[in-house]
Amino acid sequence: MTLTRRHILAALPLTGAAALGLGFQHILSSMKTGQFDPRAIRTSGEAVPQFPPLSPLPGLKGTIEGIECTSLTQQNKPILLNFWASWCIPCVTELPLLSALAPSLTLWGIAYKDRPERASAFLTRNGQPFERVGQDKDGTAAIEWGVTGVPESILILPGGHVVWHHRAALTHEVITHDLLPLLRPFL
Amino acid sequence: MMDFFGPEEGHYALALACVLAFCQGIAPFLKRQGRPSFFSPLTPGFAWAHALALLLAFMCLMLAALRDDFSVQNIAENSALAKPLFYKITGIWGNHEGSILLWIVLLSLCSACVSFIHTRHQNPLSRLKRHALGVLGLISAGFDLFCLLTSNPFARLFPMPADGMGMNPLLQDPGLAVHPPLLYAGYVGFVVPFAFAIAALIDGQLTRLWATLVRPWVLAAWALLTCGIALGSWWSYYVLGWGGYWFWDPVENASLIPWLSGTALLHSILVVEKRQSLRIWTALLALATFSFSLSGTFLVRSGILNSVHSFANDPTRGVFILTLLALVVGGALTLFAWRAPSLHDESSFTPLSRESALVLNTLFLCSLCAVVLTGTLYPPFIQLLLGHTLSVGKPFFDSTTIPLTIPLLIAMGIGPALPWLHGSLRTICKRLYPAFLCTCAACIPAFVFLPDRMAALCAVLALWVISSSVLALFHQLRVATHPFRLSRKIWGMTLAHIGVGVTILGLCGMSAAHHTIVAPRLGEHQSLDGLDWQLVSVTDHPGPNYDARVAELRVSRHGHPIAQLHPALRVFSHPHQTISQVAIRSFLTGDLYAVLGSTEHEGQETRYILRLHHNPLAPWIWLGGLIMAGGGLMACPFGRKHTQGTPS
Repeated sequence: MTLTRRHILAALPLTGAAALGLGFQHILSSMKTGQFDPRAIRTSGEAVPQFPPLSPLPGLKGTIEGIECTSLTQQNKPILLNFWASWCIPCVTELPLLSALAPSLTLWGIAYKDRPERASAFLTRNGQPFERVGQDKDGTAAIEWGVTGVPESILILPGGHVVWHHRAALTHEVITHDLLPLLRPFL
Repeated sequence: MMDFFGPEEGHYALALACVLAFCQGIAPFLKRQGRPSFFSPLTPGFAWAHALALLLAFMCLMLAALRDDFSVQNIAENSALAKPLFYKITGIWGNHEGSILLWIVLLSLCSACVSFIHTRHQNPLSRLKRHALGVLGLISAGFDLFCLLTSNPFARLFPMPADGMGMNPLLQDPGLAVHPPLLYAGYVGFVVPFAFAIAALIDGQLTRLWATLVRPWVLAAWALLTCGIALGSWWSYYVLGWGGYWFWDPVENASLIPWLSGTALLHSILVVEKRQSLRIWTALLALATFSFSLSGTFLVRSGILNSVHSFANDPTRGVFILTLLALVVGGALTLFAWRAPSLHDESSFTPLSRESALVLNTLFLCSLCAVVLTGTLYPPFIQLLLGHTLSVGKPFFDSTTIPLTIPLLIAMGIGPALPWLHGSLRTICKRLYPAFLCTCAACIPAFVFLPDRMAALCAVLALWVISSSVLALFHQLRVATHPFRLSRKIWGMTLAHIGVGVTILGLCGMSAAHHTIVAPRLGEHQSLDGLDWQLVSVTDHPGPNYDARVAELRVSRHGHPIAQLHPALRVFSHPHQTISQVAIRSFLTGDLYAVLGSTEHEGQETRYILRLHHNPLAPWIWLGGLIMAGGGLMACPFGRKHTQGTPS
């Protein structure tokens, strides 16, 4: 049997499938050892992840800065980072709680996959508890943070240590039982 | 009596089925002195016995669920005493183990049906059928083993709990009763073209007769898959309450990829049947379609692809699946690489002919398929190679699939008007100009009403597809002596193409959808898209295993009431979870869609948070899917005696 161009062409699908198969095999073996996590959710105690600088949200009262990585790590006070969106129902109910927290804790907000005019209108309508607001239009920063949806809140201690990640809307119980004990050394 | 057909019998039946599948897989390939052995004629019998054993196992699992036998781990984890009877039955396939069992049951039913195909003794087709049954048996054996060894639905739990943990409330929905079985039937149905393609490659004969034999299976599987995808999309639209119909989730893509390659197969197999060309390409598509449906279903189960659909992530299971995939897909593609080059096409055709339109169509469909595949696999592979995490979503898929869909739609309009072998440009223009005029006339309203240019263009092209399909049907009817004499194939094709047009119109309409989040008090009015939405009342209703809070919304246009919506919030006790029940009122022109959120208290006042959507043309998306599936089933040549073989 002579090897012709037809044979090479016919072997292409096999090569493609084999390459994919090897990739999957590698993924599976590193999943077993824990090096690869398809969900890539961060656990607490880690450093602040590298994320692209987030531009400030236009249309808010006063000058409110955006958020970037360096400014977050150079703070000497704890910061509660809150991912929210104007299209999210639980975020509406969460805002009054955040406003109540604002005098005692610095809050930074990230508008997740939202249009700037809608996001700013949302804050103007429902109250604006954030010291800084950044826009994460395409959700890349959320991926770096391991955020899977909105609202999610992350507590960062001075020096840029992530100590707490809450994957749902904040409630009175969560704030008094989980969040405030972590803040006790700083109050 | 009650203890008859308990979990142990089910477990035994599953093991028996595994052995029978091995027998079915090996028997046709046994040879004695160059002739088929004594066991070879028993193959259809093995296929039947295998299907019966698996049906028995399935029945045992169902009985265990109905009897609330919480000593079975699968049932303790997914069922509860308070669960309504209907969901006790449908809940069987709402979890990993049960759905794998359903999968292999459907696979065994497919091989049982293949064994029904009547062939004459010593006919070339009878050999083809035996080999195909063998391939089916080997695949079944592999997956029966997978079910038995790594995801045994009959695994016991000791001590036995008094009550089960309950089922995810999202899955307690009538849509779930039909969506997975239909989708699985579609996936599994493509195993028959796969097995026959392998049998044809073994024999080195891919004839016109082969295409006639396989085409009904492709059509039926395609129609079921279409139905399954449409239902799944509808389910996510009305259960998840996010107002969207397609999220480019890996599992959704895993069903779209085989659908696209299956559509390409459906068209290219016609060329084999009519003209004996495109044989290598058709064989490859038959292999690819089932490989895609297999990989899609199982990669999600191993947890490699991150999705809302994945039941459990277990890398051990993943290794088993990957080995099986390597054997099935790798084996098939190796056989293809070895035997396909010897298949030569018998006839050629000119650029302006039905054949070349079909080639163009399969090329576009395969490119679409490649794009969706790339988008789905890109994130895990980039994470593997470069260590970055990223997500590929709607923007990528929108900007890549729409430019490929546009030429596909243009070609879809022209293709049915072209004759086989050789066409003339003049006749085509003469035939199609009414459709062209109709399309041009539609440009103005489309570009005025649809804010998005791309959506308007797609809507115009959808009208082009519909009008030219209807026109082509008229031409055929003029030639035919009687409408009922016209072959079902032509009716089916026209229907399916119209269905595509209708779906695309629905998608374009949805691009102009609007929504708003409001927090009204009782009696307050809101306006959205020129409609007036009034929150009339909010009441509490207890349900069988939940408590519901139901809002009543009155929607009116210019003071005339047009609909009442009752969005609800259900609080399930077992497991404790809150699910919002979307209220949808469908009109031909669009959907009114309302979701009830939480309540907000401001002193004495209570505000109810509501999300209101107006989705123009939304029902057309699923209507088009049903029309497509109906067209596919209509074109299916049931009961035609095509398998008798050529007279010698």
